[in-house]
Amino acid sequence: MKKVLKQGVLLSLVLVMSMVIGACGNEKKNNAASAEVNTSSSGEKLKDIEILNVSYDPTRELYEKYNKAFAEHWLKEKGQKVTIKQSHGGSGKQGRAVIDGLEADVVTLALGYDIDAIQQSGLINEGWQQKYELNSSPYTSTIVFLVRKGNPKEIKDWDDLIKEGVEVITPNPQTSGGARWNYLAAWGYALHHNNNDEEKAKEFVKELFQHVPVLDSGARGSTTTFVERGLGDVLLAWENEAWLSVKELGPDKFDIVYPSESILAEPPVAIVDKNADKRGTREVADEYLKYLYSEEGQTIAAENYYRPTLESVKTKFADQFPEIKLYTIDEEFGGWAEAQPKHFNDGGIFTQIYAPK
Amino acid sequence: MAGSVPLASNKPSTVRKRVANESVAVKWTLIGAAVLVMLWLIVLPLTIVLAEALKKGWGVYVEAITNPDALSALRLTLLVALITVPLNTIFGVVAAWAITKFKFRGKGILVTLIDLPFAVSPVIGGLIYVLVYGAHGWFGPWLQEHDIKIIFALPGIILATLFVTFPFVARELIPLMEDQGQQEEEAAVTLGARGFRVFWKVTLPNIKWGLLYGIILCNARAMGEFGAVSVVSGHIRGETNTLPLHVEILYNEYQFSASFAVSSLLLLLALVTLLLKNWFTRKSHH
Amino acid sequence: MHSTTTKRGVLPGFGLTMGYSVLYLSLVVLIPLSALLLNSTGLTWSKFWDVATDPRVLASFKVSFLTAAAAGLIDVVLGLLLAWVLVRYDFPGKSIFDAMIDLPFALPTAVAGVALTAIYSPNGWIGSLFEPLGIRIAFSPIGITLALMFIGIPFVVRTVQPVLQELDAEVEEAAATLGSSRYRTFRKVVLPELLPPLMTGFALAFARGIGEYGSVVFISGNMPMRTEIAPLLIMSKLEQFDYAGATAVALLLLLISFALLLLINSLQRRVRKTAR
Repeated sequence: MKKVLKQGVLLSLVLVMSMVIGACGNEKKNNAASAEVNTSSSGEKLKDIEILNVSYDPTRELYEKYNKAFAEHWLKEKGQKVTIKQSHGGSGKQGRAVIDGLEADVVTLALGYDIDAIQQSGLINEGWQQKYELNSSPYTSTIVFLVRKGNPKEIKDWDDLIKEGVEVITPNPQTSGGARWNYLAAWGYALHHNNNDEEKAKEFVKELFQHVPVLDSGARGSTTTFVERGLGDVLLAWENEAWLSVKELGPDKFDIVYPSESILAEPPVAIVDKNADKRGTREVADEYLKYLYSEEGQTIAAENYYRPTLESVKTKFADQFPEIKLYTIDEEFGGWAEAQPKHFNDGGIFTQIYAPK
Repeated sequence: MAGSVPLASNKPSTVRKRVANESVAVKWTLIGAAVLVMLWLIVLPLTIVLAEALKKGWGVYVEAITNPDALSALRLTLLVALITVPLNTIFGVVAAWAITKFKFRGKGILVTLIDLPFAVSPVIGGLIYVLVYGAHGWFGPWLQEHDIKIIFALPGIILATLFVTFPFVARELIPLMEDQGQQEEEAAVTLGARGFRVFWKVTLPNIKWGLLYGIILCNARAMGEFGAVSVVSGHIRGETNTLPLHVEILYNEYQFSASFAVSSLLLLLALVTLLLKNWFTRKSHH
Repeated sequence: MHSTTTKRGVLPGFGLTMGYSVLYLSLVVLIPLSALLLNSTGLTWSKFWDVATDPRVLASFKVSFLTAAAAGLIDVVLGLLLAWVLVRYDFPGKSIFDAMIDLPFALPTAVAGVALTAIYSPNGWIGSLFEPLGIRIAFSPIGITLALMFIGIPFVVRTVQPVLQELDAEVEEAAATLGSSRYRTFRKVVLPELLPPLMTGFALAFARGIGEYGSVVFISGNMPMRTEIAPLLIMSKLEQFDYAGATAVALLLLLISFALLLLINSLQRRVRKTAR
């Protein structure tokens, strides 16, 4: 018996050792493979090429479709096969990953602030926001309300959110890009209805967040809390997220409510200049972003509930996107450079809401 | 302490029927309470995972775990475990030897340092590697110059996993070897056995089950780690997504059933290895 | 027995094993952690002090430490029960029971968080039972505690179990023969022996609980000042590209857990010595 045992132990040790050796070999192989990819991408023009698009959470469905369409387009135009790798996550987290060395060729994030941060690290050239049309925002979105079927609490506009007994679900603006748009939309509404009195706006937003029982860390977390956990009466959400969750999670359970006015959310795109030059992907990356503005790119965006900016596509999808008054972050808040520290950084207005009295 | 129980691990874990005046009522009350606690604390959450996974039927389940992205995540996860577990196992054995067979100053601190990764938030566990190897980290510029990728590539994921699973084997072995003392090894040395042979012939047979158990735990945790890996992975689909990260992706895509299906796969893998280990342990005692 | 006085030199390999251990420990744990300490991206003493005294940071520490301590204590009681039953009794299904204790290690923490939230949220299996009573489990400190209990229970069971197995039933028997009552036997004979492993188990569960992120973010509700945990604040600061602030919170968390681990480890050593 004992002998058998010893042999067993010996055998397992041999196994472990061979695992180590095998694993090391594997690692090397893996490195070699990635090196191959690198040389091929910087090699001749017509070799297969690969780019990495680092994006935020709600664009998964959009880019899954768009990447296919673009690969076909590029093959037709250039005769070159392009593979687009995707990475999704919270906008700020993704921006940080690029700064820390994630080799994205293009970034398509939720807010200009996150791309500004990448620019400050030197990876993106200055003036990126003027590089493409419309503030480098090929598609836009806005913030709407998702309510339970039949709208039992009769929520029609922003001031209904602070009615007695209404519970509002939104993610935390400090950890979620989408939630920053929610917050700013509410702020803008309050400004417009109080003769631009900032104190009043502050009061309103403060009141609003008293109605929030749960602050998830990301937009999709909030959607789950609202939809799956049944918490809250209204979810503040991206327009595209609201439509998607209605479609995916229950057309018979929810209604979308458009407030009288909201913010024009402009999720921008940019080439990560340093990476694209290093990897020799500038040409395809540039076209990848430009093609977002084309008829086909815009149609795909609209089909995924992003507001198109091209007139012809706009008219085609007019029913899907009701006209409401939309204000931009630049006109109301002086851009992200001003809004971020004023409202969301530690010590900003949002954090004061929760400061102990 | 009286009595000598040096070969504890070799002793069958059979029940001690001799324990004095054990009333049947007390016994079954305690068992009942324990089973209830188990059901509530551990079984219930796991049931939810399985129930949600099968909510939309076997078709969705099978599809979820055979999807190409899931398979590539599974491959990556296995590869990472295959590299990290042996490394930490070797460390665990070596460290346990140094700590339990010798007396030296600062032993307490060393043991605490080995425990430290348990206490460090996984978020920090990932962050520290970004601070060292990231583009703006200590070695970042040098690595970039030589085009070596660590963060957002396989090596980064391995490092983060090494960190998180660091203490498991050592933790399992240290108390075991401490209780066994050094007499047997010393005797072997006096009889002329040397170095590695002492370990091989005397120590290893005594600790093998504890070692195996440590390896299994280390492996389970290596495959299931989420927080630290999420910081260093870069989330590139089909490339740097591990199984737990794939679970998160599916969940965020509102594919709840698929996401739980993949998690249940991790659970079943762990459960099977643990049961096998129990079975082997028992078999070897008869 | 169990003499701890070994003359170094009888057994071979001290230099080698010690050297390797320290080297590996340094490479994987210490050097990266020191990066946190030495990271120079703008962390000054005054900044550190600001962060350390910020009411929101303090509140999050309070939440983290209280829930982790509560979870650790409950785990000690429940873990002792589970370990006791596993060691002392035989019953059908015991083998599976035993294997399942470790599953919380294997389940990705995020999945654990989602599953627990599903159970305890106001429309969940258990949560819906408590909602009419006005007790909200998920999205409150109770929910955080439950998540941490799930994460921590294997630590306690697995540190107590082997000691319980070693414990000489004969001593108990002797005590019983001498007329000692069951309760007295347990208190005077069994408990002192179990104290060190229980403390270790508590320390591990507690330390793990303080740092836990993945499972807690789902169930905590993340309300600033009330259910926001310290690791979440680190994430939130990173999201603002505030590396210095994030490092400061992380450092604080690290120092406190290290001090606690060290304290409990040395305390345990002392208890063990006097017990012998």
